[in-house]
Amino acid sequence: MEHQRSVSGLSQSPRSPSSQPYLSVSVTDPVKLGNGVQAYISYRVITKTNFPDYQGPEKIVIRRYSDFIWLRDRLFDKYKGIFIPPLPEKSAVEKFRFSAEFIEMRRQALDVFVNRIASHNLLQQSEDLRTFLQADEETMERLRSYETGIFKKKPADLMQIFKDVQSKVSDVVLGKEKPVEESNPEYEKLKHYVFELENHLAEAQKHAYRLVKRHRELGQSLSDFGKATKLLGACEGQALGKAFSDLGAKSEALSVKLQKEAHQLLMSFEEPLKDYVRAVQSIKATIGERANAFRQQCELAETMKLKEINLDKLMLTRSDRVGEAEHEYKELKAASEEATRRFETIVRLMNEEIVRFQEQKTQDMGIAFHEFAKGQARLANNVADAWRSLLPKLEACSSA
Amino acid sequence: MMGSENPGFEEAHLFTSREEMENLVLDDLLTTHHPNNNNSYSSFRSANSSISESTHHPLSPPVLSTSADSDPLLSPPVYRNPNASDNNSYIEPHSYADVIISPFDENSASEINCIDSTSQDPDSSFALSKSSSSSSNYIKIMVSNPKKEQETTNSLVPGGKTYYTYLITTRTNIPDFGSSEFSVRRRFRDVVTLSDRLAEAYHGYFIPPRPDKNVVESQVEGRLPLSMSTDVASRMLDRVMVAPHEAVQPAKGGKDLLRLFKELRQSVANDWGGSKPPVVEEDKVFMENKESIHDLEQQISNASQQAETLVKAQQDMGETMGELGLTFIKLTKFENEEAMYNSQRVRAADMKCVATAAVKASRFYRELNAQTVKHLDTLHEYLGLMLAVHGAFTDRSSALLTVQTLLSELSTLHSRAEKLEAASSKIFGGDKSRIHKIKELKETIRITEDAKNVTIREYEWIKENNKCELERLDKERRVDFLNMLKGFVVNQVILDSCFLVLVDDLIVQEI
Repeated sequence: MEHQRSVSGLSQSPRSPSSQPYLSVSVTDPVKLGNGVQAYISYRVITKTNFPDYQGPEKIVIRRYSDFIWLRDRLFDKYKGIFIPPLPEKSAVEKFRFSAEFIEMRRQALDVFVNRIASHNLLQQSEDLRTFLQADEETMERLRSYETGIFKKKPADLMQIFKDVQSKVSDVVLGKEKPVEESNPEYEKLKHYVFELENHLAEAQKHAYRLVKRHRELGQSLSDFGKATKLLGACEGQALGKAFSDLGAKSEALSVKLQKEAHQLLMSFEEPLKDYVRAVQSIKATIGERANAFRQQCELAETMKLKEINLDKLMLTRSDRVGEAEHEYKELKAASEEATRRFETIVRLMNEEIVRFQEQKTQDMGIAFHEFAKGQARLANNVADAWRSLLPKLEACSSA
Repeated sequence: MMGSENPGFEEAHLFTSREEMENLVLDDLLTTHHPNNNNSYSSFRSANSSISESTHHPLSPPVLSTSADSDPLLSPPVYRNPNASDNNSYIEPHSYADVIISPFDENSASEINCIDSTSQDPDSSFALSKSSSSSSNYIKIMVSNPKKEQETTNSLVPGGKTYYTYLITTRTNIPDFGSSEFSVRRRFRDVVTLSDRLAEAYHGYFIPPRPDKNVVESQVEGRLPLSMSTDVASRMLDRVMVAPHEAVQPAKGGKDLLRLFKELRQSVANDWGGSKPPVVEEDKVFMENKESIHDLEQQISNASQQAETLVKAQQDMGETMGELGLTFIKLTKFENEEAMYNSQRVRAADMKCVATAAVKASRFYRELNAQTVKHLDTLHEYLGLMLAVHGAFTDRSSALLTVQTLLSELSTLHSRAEKLEAASSKIFGGDKSRIHKIKELKETIRITEDAKNVTIREYEWIKENNKCELERLDKERRVDFLNMLKGFVVNQVILDSCFLVLVDDLIVQEI
């Protein structure tokens, strides 16, 4: 199936707009609304698409962070087996401060989130996505508030009924306390990989964040050193004093460059690493869902078998409860088959997702590494140039 | 031999043999001085023979007199610096070329501090003495090879104390030392003695501060004693002003309680803006200098602090860069081991490039920092010298106080004498007791006059020392600071260029 991949942000429509399907979203213009504890950030979400299901080629809506959470939760529930793109953390502390940097980091992460959904061949079909991208603010608010309620009250869900009942029954009947787990060696290897990967990535992200801090600290110290040097230069006077002043000025100028580079490092290197960590955590959530599905499948299969035995017994004794038992058995069988189907879907999807995940991450990291190298090169160039420009002046001083 | 000419002059030694010279080389260093303005430190013998006016042995002020036998600075005997065994204590400063060519070499951690540590630039030809005023002479002193020794005093406590001695190696082309290279072992206590003696003898000079005992013991390599003795040595090369002998010291100890009280009254009177000190034209200039020295000290202190912060920031950057690199290396290894898809291997390869670059970069930062520390250390050193300046200025004010005390005493004595004479002249035939008193008073006046003259000479001498030292400080400081700036900047340029090469490489690899 052809699917459109837009890497990030606004991807312009291809040459022939009518033929190639595209869906691209951008999250922009963060605005602080509300006061004090109630304060929140609203974002402008611009959708450009030629998908038939959508209202039009372009739509602009206002969304806030909790709306994104709603979308993520819905997708997580509906598309089990798919690694739902991760959201930036809630961060209760920073919410009150809302620094410009925090807002920018969040905006970038939200933009990446929506675009990943929009470029996923299955997720992009989601009705909830359409709602998110197009519904007016009041509707969105209603949905957001009643999210849990609406979902849980859905009566048509067969599985829901049986899930509640059967798990209780099976636990008692089967005497099982321990959750049932797959015994698939390849899957075990994958799980082990995922858990280990998270540890490694978390450490890398920690050091990346520290590196950002170091850039800032070095910038600050260069600024302070520059000031002190200038003062000393004023005290010394003459050629030496001028040399000190020049050095001080350069030092201060470099400080500015370092602060800029620190920001760049944060946005293009540290954040992608953080995003990587979140993605792995999302996989872990899917692993959990798979485990649930497997358990359900096992329990229903077991229960069904028991029901079958019971039914045979009843049939032999020509009990009048046969009809009822038969009906129950048929329902259970359907549920069991559904559970198996769901589990197998999850397994199939996960296998596809893993391949896509690895490829995506290689691409993302490639970009991040490249940005890192470029940034460091930029910085080193600036630093070397700045100091080098001082040399002729210093030489002139000593010969004077 | 020379002693008969000048009563205050301690017996000087003529060296007839090399062994004698070697044995007393340190004594030689301390006992000779040059009263005349000579650029080169000419032969000891000729100096002594040309002594005509009063010369003063700097190390034999009336209070302190030690015989050569018990002088701790004269023992143990000196030995020549054998080329073989002690050469390993002298390691060439790590040059930039080494860094560029082989950045992974372990830095020579055991590098002994040389006094020309600021001159890392291979292109420049710095005099080996950091800032010697004479261009043709040099003296280079190194402190190395700390050795633990046992206290040999008769102590009732068994097991005795231990102490460290340091090998002090001198290289010089000054002929008076008798040899171009020699070594001697000294302990910290000897450095203290040297420092104290210089402070006693060289009033008005900027005697560099000696390190604290704790500092020396914790850093066994003993960097600080080195710079002190080097500076002292280089000052010895310069012209040393004549010191009036029998200089009257400001009242010390229990002997001169009376003088002490008088000086106390005098200084109180001064403080309360009572009597003005004798106005000297230089005073205003001196006050201006004092003011600007104070300003300078503040700025140097501030810059020194910020320099420390800068060094720390560079160090942290290097460390974190290294840690990041190591983490990525571990991650690379992990991905490769667990790889199920090719995309993983590609990612691992990318990561490895970055990781390796980061680790290399951290080494560059480490080297950058080591050099930065060396250069910016000049600031710390001059901060230490500021203390010396304070000491010299204190010498001056003490001397001035003594002069003022004596002057005021003299005027008191004179007026008393006048009163007595006036009273005595009214009595026909004279007043025996009064006449006797007048005679005593006149004797006291004469002695005080003498003391006053000596004191004034001393004060003038100190003032002259101050002036010369200030000029010297200015000149040397400008040179040292400029070198510091150059060194710092060159260092940054070189290492950033290396860093740039590294990163450009990385970018190429990634493409």
